[in-house]
Amino acid sequence: MNNYMIYLNSKRCIGCHGCEVHCKTNKGLPVGPILCEISHDPLKSVKGIPKTEFNFRSCYHCDDPFCVPICPTEAMIKREDGIVYIDQDKCIGCMACAGACPWSIPQLNPDTNKAVKCDYCMDRVDNGKRPACVTKCTTHALKFVTLNEVGI
Amino acid sequence: MKKSVYSMCGMCTVRCPIRVEAEDNKVTWIEGNQHLLGGALCAKGSAGPALVADSERPQQPLIRDGGRGAGRWKEVSWHTAYDYISDKLKKIKKEHGPESVVLSSRGGPWQNMYKTFIHAFGSPNYTNHDNTCGRNTHHASLSLNGVGRTGFAYDIKNSKHLVLFGRNMFASLKIPENLQTMDMLDNGGRLTYVDVRQTMTGLKASRFFQVRPGTDYALALGMTHEIIKRGLFDKKFIDQYVSGFDELCSFIEQYTPAWAAKECGVKEKAILNFVDEVAEDMPNVIFHPGWNLSRYKDSFYASRALHILNVLMGNIEIKGGLIIPKGPGDCGAKGIQGLDCPKPDIKRADGVGWKYKHFDKGPGLAHLFFDAMEKHDPYPVKAWIAMRHDPFTSMPDPQQQKRYFDNCDLLVSIDTHYSEFGWYSDIILPESTYLERDNPICVQKGPKPRLAVRRKAVEPEFDTKPAWEIFKQLADRLDIGDYFPYKTIEELYEWQLKPTGFSIDDFKEKGFVSLTDDPVMFDRDKLDGQFKTPSGKIEIISKKLDDAGLPSLLAYESPNKPPKGMFRLVYGRAAVHSHGHTINNPLLHELMPKNSLWINKKVAAKLGVEEDDVVDVIAANGVTERVRAHVTEFIHPEAVYTVHGFGRQIPLQTKAYHAGMSDQKLMVGKLDDWDKAGGAINLCEAFVQVRRSPRNPKRRVEL
Repeated sequence: MNNYMIYLNSKRCIGCHGCEVHCKTNKGLPVGPILCEISHDPLKSVKGIPKTEFNFRSCYHCDDPFCVPICPTEAMIKREDGIVYIDQDKCIGCMACAGACPWSIPQLNPDTNKAVKCDYCMDRVDNGKRPACVTKCTTHALKFVTLNEVGI
Repeated sequence: MKKSVYSMCGMCTVRCPIRVEAEDNKVTWIEGNQHLLGGALCAKGSAGPALVADSERPQQPLIRDGGRGAGRWKEVSWHTAYDYISDKLKKIKKEHGPESVVLSSRGGPWQNMYKTFIHAFGSPNYTNHDNTCGRNTHHASLSLNGVGRTGFAYDIKNSKHLVLFGRNMFASLKIPENLQTMDMLDNGGRLTYVDVRQTMTGLKASRFFQVRPGTDYALALGMTHEIIKRGLFDKKFIDQYVSGFDELCSFIEQYTPAWAAKECGVKEKAILNFVDEVAEDMPNVIFHPGWNLSRYKDSFYASRALHILNVLMGNIEIKGGLIIPKGPGDCGAKGIQGLDCPKPDIKRADGVGWKYKHFDKGPGLAHLFFDAMEKHDPYPVKAWIAMRHDPFTSMPDPQQQKRYFDNCDLLVSIDTHYSEFGWYSDIILPESTYLERDNPICVQKGPKPRLAVRRKAVEPEFDTKPAWEIFKQLADRLDIGDYFPYKTIEELYEWQLKPTGFSIDDFKEKGFVSLTDDPVMFDRDKLDGQFKTPSGKIEIISKKLDDAGLPSLLAYESPNKPPKGMFRLVYGRAAVHSHGHTINNPLLHELMPKNSLWINKKVAAKLGVEEDDVVDVIAANGVTERVRAHVTEFIHPEAVYTVHGFGRQIPLQTKAYHAGMSDQKLMVGKLDDWDKAGGAINLCEAFVQVRRSPRNPKRRVEL
């Protein structure tokens, strides 16, 4: 059972890509891997105004993730609270996880030659904080939702 | 050791309040100040540590060791660098007088330090980058309201309707303003957006006018006509504080919404519907008078018209309107001491204050020094110190600028990175980045004024110095050190804070010192004295402009149509870069390595240009920039658009080098195309030819 999700209020999102860099700086990632992504649909005219919807995507932290069983070193772990993360000490960078993931979410960190992915900044979450992307979102468009808060 | 420091961002000149965590002299976390921004920070702000780590910036003082721009540098000690500059300055002072030295900066809250330096040296010639940014808006406000463009704070959050003419605020980010606007929209407020293309800001708009380029003024006039015709103005406020309203009424008679709609290429009904909304929302309608409005030949008057619309709304000094910023004195507090030296009583070389009396004498106008360089009129300009200002990136036609600057005996660049000007200069003094340096305390005026300060989070990565030390060291060598009464930053803080009763430790809790708990508002019936025009009224007919032989209400003239096969070149910003100085930042470069050329879909089809094709963008004299095309229906067919700051030519910046195109290089001969009323350079008055480049690859051989 997943306890958390990241919700994007598209109305407040301005597609500034701040979240992507907040994430990278917090994780100390080099050029290459980008663990969360803002994208938008092609512009469409709505009542004479070109409009679009913004989408936020990081890891889906699947209920039954394909990436976990495929990992040969058991480095990919799903926690009790639903967070799927990579134990960097165990990871050998084979990227089997990326192959198993329908969306190729895990990426190679070229500095360490190991896989990296969104872990909801679990070190921060465990300290009562929110993920970096949410904490620093330029327009407070991202929300870190604890699912029991919304009654699921 | 782990530490947490409140500071001020320096990735762009908005200077958002931040909190930085560092461990073992490495930044581990940056966020927007929770007390002011709730943690919000933009991509640039988060990319700060990548700037600190970037080895492709000057790492110690460099003295030119070849021709200007050749890129051969001798690494020298700070001692040698200071001596080099002070010896040269002394020689120039002796031969040509101290007034032959110009110091330019970007502007901002610390400019009194740079001003003090150049004034104490004996020159009145301090200038800044505003001739390519907000000068038109500033002078428009000054002529009307008697206060400059920072003379009002916009209470967007509590307004009901924000009207933006080309102010693309969700790309040219200013986080406090962005948050206010989002909150206003969440509360059901309206956003009207005017531009030649669709932008991130336009996406959030409830009404969007895509106008023909250069017709902003016409639309503002059409709106004014209808607003006056329908009596949608604050009569009491106008009677009390405004002069020239009757002249406005007769002037505006001819500029009907029908006329404006035709001129701008929008629907008349849309203008009328907009005015219906204004009727519902007033007085809480804010017409943003523009930020970087150094664009079209009548931008000064467009800005003036927008300022006038605010006056008609009667939105001054009300909640949800334009609030007069308060200083320490308005809260019964004492202000800080600032470095200061009176301006020498010598004519400015740019003519501001004697030849051009209607302009603000503070920073003058940077582009008007070139005549002095070339013709020694009114006297020679022989040295230019650029303090984090890059004339070659901000002003048009760097090639022509180089010819002017070649008349100078000394070009100094003080900057955190290599600027295009720095690369051409004689000496580069590398300033420490904002995360590695302290800056003096500054006052942030507003409804709730406060004192704020930038503190370093880490020690400098390279042999770089903060500005307070650079100017102190230079001043000591030039025998003007007394104007800089400190040896350490702590001594400077103590001296600054002396009258206030605060100490630097008072900034530790929140990163700032608040001077009031509640917003300070003036009595709206007692605003006399707030409008510092010659008459003390808000002057729709400005005496200053009259005296300069300029109209206060300019008869509209339609913008030139681009000649056949050509386009008007317009520029703007993206949310992930601050003009030229972030292009080489690895994390921001990753997001946006190059700019592109926006071109209208129908026009592109005629030219045979498809999305991502390489196009040649050709200026009048054949100067060509080459870039990928972005074909879109959401730009006016007369315009092509690009993000400013790219096309850099510093080989040591391996990521930015020749990446994308430079708009300013295509503005050939445009240094002389400036606004005689507003003072700013007209940066959107250049036409370019566009063609599908013959350099598009025809095939690709791989084996």
